[in-house]
Amino acid sequence: MRKWGVTAAACAAVIVGAGLFVTRPRLADPAVLSGLVPDIAQGEQVFHAAGCAACHSAPGAEGEARLVLSGGRRFSTPFGTFVAPNISSDPAHGIGDWTPVDLAGALWHGSSPDRQHYYPAFPYASYVRMAPQDVVSLHAFLMSLPADATPSATHEVGFPFNLRLALGGWKLLFLRSGWIVDGDLSGQQQRGRYLVEALGHCGECHTPRNALGGLILSKWLQGAPNPGGKGRIPGLAPDQLDWSEADIAEYLKSGFTPDYDSAGGEMAEVVLNTAKLSDADRLAIASYLKAIPQSRD
Amino acid sequence: MTKYLSFAAAGLLTVAIVGTSMAQEAKNPAVKARQSLMSLYAFNIGQLGAMAKGEAEYNAEAAAAAASNLATLTQVDQSAMWPAGTDNAADPSSRALPAIWQNFPDVSAKGQALAEAAVAMQAAAGQDLDALKAAMGPLGGACSACHKAYRAPKE
Ligand code: HEC
Ligand code: HEC
Ligand code: HEC
Repeated sequence: MRKWGVTAAACAAVIVGAGLFVTRPRLADPAVLSGLVPDIAQGEQVFHAAGCAACHSAPGAEGEARLVLSGGRRFSTPFGTFVAPNISSDPAHGIGDWTPVDLAGALWHGSSPDRQHYYPAFPYASYVRMAPQDVVSLHAFLMSLPADATPSATHEVGFPFNLRLALGGWKLLFLRSGWIVDGDLSGQQQRGRYLVEALGHCGECHTPRNALGGLILSKWLQGAPNPGGKGRIPGLAPDQLDWSEADIAEYLKSGFTPDYDSAGGEMAEVVLNTAKLSDADRLAIASYLKAIPQSRD
Repeated sequence: MTKYLSFAAAGLLTVAIVGTSMAQEAKNPAVKARQSLMSLYAFNIGQLGAMAKGEAEYNAEAAAAAASNLATLTQVDQSAMWPAGTDNAADPSSRALPAIWQNFPDVSAKGQALAEAAVAMQAAAGQDLDALKAAMGPLGGACSACHKAYRAPKE
């Protein structure tokens, strides 16, 4: 009897061990980035398209202050409160000592350089699709931004969500690098797909989630309950959003709808970023949105 | 930004069943008044926006008139339009968040910022199409800054 117990415990240990091995934090492969030359201007565009400032600038920061990535915005969730960390170029309190490979590990695999899992509140499930060249350019742009010595605050997350190890399982289920919308897309639509699926993380708000917090990909961009309370995050599928491509591009530029209402809620923060893209990129997003599956199929 | 993250974190999650009440016609006259004022903003910006988008031909006089209407509308004293107890928790026909009543100084600062953007548009609209186009972004930004903090999305 006693022996059985020991065997069972040993088996359990092996299974858990194997699970932890399969789900252990991955670092980026340096070979993928080698030889790429950063382009700071391109890195700035990636920064805006990916909306890093929306989370990592100081709470309430406006204008130029949005380029000081001192962190501190608080995100309250049912699991506790996450606080965006300092990712300024400060080597002690920010990520000033990170290499492009370190940044790639965070963006593609949700892993820190010392092999900890990040919470998916950091939208790496989108950034996993970021092109290597864009990672290298983004890294250079981030390093060109001001250093700030505000220490990162610790998350206020209770048991069991404070166990980062468990996030390996979440990644195994939901971290996918392929495109969500496949099939025949024009060059412009492919550019739009990259901007939406990889950088803009539009799906993080506009797609409903399952009970484990994973996106329901069969309802891609079809709208979702507003987790913050009343109202709904609107659907963007062609049968839900009947705006012309020019109308969508205008909304992403000035925030004005075709009825000249203006964007509100969390979308207003998104428009601050899309306003900084080129007209061509805003139109690319619009043309991609016309190519996503209908909500009724 | 803070809210959708509640769903973006890992772990078990109970999905709240959100009521699907449709938007209603406002009954409270104050709610009706402020929504109407917002609609008047939108109507006048629509005149300018149609020119900016190339849907209507640029007409300096018409543009100046719309911009001047807008600037006038931003001067309207709204103090009676936001009585306590008319937030979206109390009145289902309203999308005004309760935070408005906790941050009046900030709300009026955002109203003031809109008035300034409207004055800038007034200076630009009658000048030429490029000036008009350039003033659209800051104007939209002024509307959105308040909608970001103080207005819930539609049902
Ligand atoms: C939706 C909000 C959000 C956005 C957008 C976002 N982040 Fe983050 N980021 C977070 C949160 C929250 C964390 C903390 C994760 C954790 O501790 O597990 C984080 C962590 C990080 C870290 C790890 C820092 C450290 O000290 O270990 C880096 C690096 C980072 N983000 C870079 C970026 C970059 C670059 C972008 C834009 C491409 C970006 N983030 C966009 C919320 C965000
Ligand atoms: C100082 C804050 C503030 C500013 C500035 C502001 N709005 Fe609003 N707006 C609101 C709030 C709050 C509501 C929701 C009102 C309600 O439903 O009770 C609203 C609602 C609206 C609506 C919906 C009206 C309806 O019929 O339900 C429109 C359209 C609108 N705003 C347009 C604009 C435009 C265009 C601008 C800029 C020219 C603007 N708003 C500037 C706060 C603001
Ligand atoms: C942080 C959450 C969030 C993200 C990320 C986000 N959105 Fe939104 N979006 C919203 C909310 C909330 C609204 C409703 C805005 C309002 O209440 O005025 C909205 C509205 C919209 C609308 C208007 C739809 C309508 O019917 O009025 C469009 C178009 C849109 N988003 C496109 C995008 C695109 C494209 C992206 C990615 C670049 C994106 N959104 C990313 C939250 C988000």
